[in-house]
Amino acid sequence: MSLPVVDYLKLPEGEDPYLEGHQCKDCGSIFLGERNVCSNCFSRDSMNAIKLSNKGKLYSYSIVFRSFPGIEVPYISAIVDLEGGGTVKGNLIDCDPDPEKIKFDMPVEVIFDDALGRKDSEGNSYISYFFKPIT
Amino acid sequence: MSDVYVLGVDMIKFGRFPERTVPDLGAEAALLALDDSGLTIENMEAFYCGNLGQANAMVGQRILQEIGQTGIPVVNCSNACATGATAFREAWTSIKAGLYDVVLAVGVEQMGTGLLGGAGGGKGIPKEGLLGSGTMPAVFAEAGMEHSRQYGTTFEQFAKISVKNHHHSTMNPKARYQIETPLDEVMNAEMISYPNTKLMCSVNVDGAAAAVLVSEKKAKELGMGRAVRVKASVLTSDPYQERDLVMPDVNSCTRKAAKEAYEMAGLGADDIDLVELHDCFATAEMLHYENLGLCEDGEAGRLIDDGEVELGGRVPVNVSGGLLSKGHPLGATGIANIYEVCTHLRGEAGERQVENAKIGLTHVIGLGSACGIHILEKA
Repeated sequence: MSLPVVDYLKLPEGEDPYLEGHQCKDCGSIFLGERNVCSNCFSRDSMNAIKLSNKGKLYSYSIVFRSFPGIEVPYISAIVDLEGGGTVKGNLIDCDPDPEKIKFDMPVEVIFDDALGRKDSEGNSYISYFFKPIT
Repeated sequence: MSDVYVLGVDMIKFGRFPERTVPDLGAEAALLALDDSGLTIENMEAFYCGNLGQANAMVGQRILQEIGQTGIPVVNCSNACATGATAFREAWTSIKAGLYDVVLAVGVEQMGTGLLGGAGGGKGIPKEGLLGSGTMPAVFAEAGMEHSRQYGTTFEQFAKISVKNHHHSTMNPKARYQIETPLDEVMNAEMISYPNTKLMCSVNVDGAAAAVLVSEKKAKELGMGRAVRVKASVLTSDPYQERDLVMPDVNSCTRKAAKEAYEMAGLGADDIDLVELHDCFATAEMLHYENLGLCEDGEAGRLIDDGEVELGGRVPVNVSGGLLSKGHPLGATGIANIYEVCTHLRGEAGERQVENAKIGLTHVIGLGSACGIHILEKA
């Protein structure tokens, strides 16, 4: 069985994976990961877990040509604004690592797949999320 | 409350000193600043020491073990790349509070090589290259591309910043490098994280800088000849922004700090004769032209195209060579840029002197985020 790569990636049994946000019911701010207090409006105990959309638009990016030893390059590090709120960062795949081909606001979908074969020290495999252009 | 003055300030030449230690580098800068002030360690009433890499290892006390253990209070502080500015500001605060008349601030760092940062730590598997990149060149590239998104800023415009700062450093003997890098060389250098090439990334160096700060009473007693007045000292953290959690924010904390600093100084951006700002990457410098109010929003690209931020231009930025060529020893940077501005205000900057410099501004960003701004004026 695979584990989620981050706490905000949910793998409910028998259902599709999704990204989870925590939204302040007072001001509407959306955070990744659980928290008790809203850092925008300072409300306490106002957080609701919500399912984030698996569709969004590219907000910003960088094409990474040099990373740490052992990390395959190049890849596109992308910041995506999701429909309905929430911003996440991840790899943009199935897109040439060429600034000519990467357009701001291009529509992308969030897909879930094995975490590039990476395993932890106990041999567990992981599920990660990726962004893929919607053509 | 007393005005606060910089009486002595200096830095060591930045470079690679693997055979030396952090306290040793800090001690050298401290002695240089003491000599510049005409005072000795015996005159210091407190010591604020900034260092990141050995934040848990009492660097300040170890510096005093090399230059004089007088028993004064030592505060060791760490605030990412705003560490040096934070130490300087703590020194300033102590005089403002009326606790002391003469204090020492030192910023020092010994750096490794290679990329800083990295996406996600903690449990499980490495996230770098899986959930995007947390390397500093990529994080600041993404911040720069946000500017491109808004205003159409080009790779070439970002690269011009690096050409300018490397040119400036040819006139600064204390910079790590004194090498011209023409535009084609910058743009064709190894691409690290688009749009930042290797020559658009700050240089990892070892370095140290120090300042002796005094109260107005003490400055008058000792003579104001080369003293520099601290017109504003501001530190901010990053106010809430909706993309904070995936896009560390260097803009809103800088805008907040700039506004507060101009108010404290009773000045506007138009009054500033030179700026040393946090060009950790070429993309970062572009953002801060607007964040510091040196131009209107959306005008930063034009500012570099028109040469307004070059030596001889309307408001020269990073005439020291900046972090891109002088080098970026994290904890030392926030005092080294104060040294640079003071040197111009004193008219002692030689070939790179900004003519008739009366007021200068220093700016650093510690990602996470902290912003430190100081406005300095010839006394």
